[in-house]
Amino acid sequence: MKEKTAIQEFVKGLWDENPVLVQLLGLCPTLAVTVSAENGMAMGLAATFVLICSSFLVSMFRKVIPGQVRIAAYIVIIATFVTIADRFLAAFAPDISKSLGPFIPLIIVNCMILGRQEAFASKNGIWRSLMDALGMGLGFTMTLLVLSSIREILGSGTWFGMDVMWGSFSPWSVMILPPGAFLALGCLIAGANWLNNRRKA
Amino acid sequence: MNLIVIFIGAALINNFVLSQFLGICPFVGVSKKVDSAFSMGMATTFVMVIAAMVTWLVYNFILVPFKLQILEYVAFILIIASLVQLVEMFIRKVSKPLYDALGIFLPLITTNCAILGLALNSVLKEYNFSETLIYGVGAGIGFTLALVIMAGIREELELVDIPKSFQGAAITMIIAGSLALAFMGFAGLI
Repeated sequence: MKEKTAIQEFVKGLWDENPVLVQLLGLCPTLAVTVSAENGMAMGLAATFVLICSSFLVSMFRKVIPGQVRIAAYIVIIATFVTIADRFLAAFAPDISKSLGPFIPLIIVNCMILGRQEAFASKNGIWRSLMDALGMGLGFTMTLLVLSSIREILGSGTWFGMDVMWGSFSPWSVMILPPGAFLALGCLIAGANWLNNRRKA
Repeated sequence: MNLIVIFIGAALINNFVLSQFLGICPFVGVSKKVDSAFSMGMATTFVMVIAAMVTWLVYNFILVPFKLQILEYVAFILIIASLVQLVEMFIRKVSKPLYDALGIFLPLITTNCAILGLALNSVLKEYNFSETLIYGVGAGIGFTLALVIMAGIREELELVDIPKSFQGAAITMIIAGSLALAFMGFAGLI
């Protein structure tokens, strides 16, 4: 395979290898926190922060960490940054921190982040790993933002807390309940498949 | 009475997979055959119960007395990762057939967010030791239940004509949505 440039590493995370829609990684927070656009955005940014910082550290230490204990080492690195992100949110955005609940600590076991360390940061230099992490993180945040916007607009008739629907619109409350998360994500994945199939054809 | 409520709550009403979205990855990944879904569910339940007990002990007897709650996440994930290793070695020594049946699923459990979620939740809800234990058992059974039902449906799905865009993950999500809708019916139980 041809070596990709740093820019290509960045771009691939946005669509071609989008972590949620194509690789189906990190689905738990995707489904759980996308009740409102604000939550989805906060979750995406928190995960991006953790991903970038851990990719940086892992690629920096990739020659020092012994192979047998690498997963444990990655997890400890990730857990440290998650603790930082969690304390930061609790201090500066207590409402969001409360509504995300246990899903901030659960970024630790988000398979997207661990997957990028194992598949990319442990084999590539710092600069390329940073671009890869940035692309994946932005792809994740964008998907979360789209999904949470769909759910919030249909389920509560608002977007980032503002009324956006016409007066007589009655909210589909199922969209902000658990089933709505699955249905909306299913349709989103199908939409992405449809677009990709058309593009190829 | 309280214990029964916790058990039913964890297994059915707040089902870990279908209403709390914990453990979605194995739910999508390992739900193609009923057999393997059942093995995965059992292995997860096993680790869940042990992890719930150990993390509870560590939290209340080590982290709280030394005021180290900030290390909660790092400590929990290390406990879970080493527990999974121990359980794997133990099963390999004690029962070879069980090890072969669970084999590939065991390492996957470390990154199952249901385990860490369970540990974090029981700290958040301030459960005592027996409540934590029951909570773990209930959550594990609920997880197994969701996985097996899903696998049963997906086995039938093999024979169905699905629109091209919906094949694979998309239809799985839609089915999970309908299952979640059905599980909402349990809300009236308590």
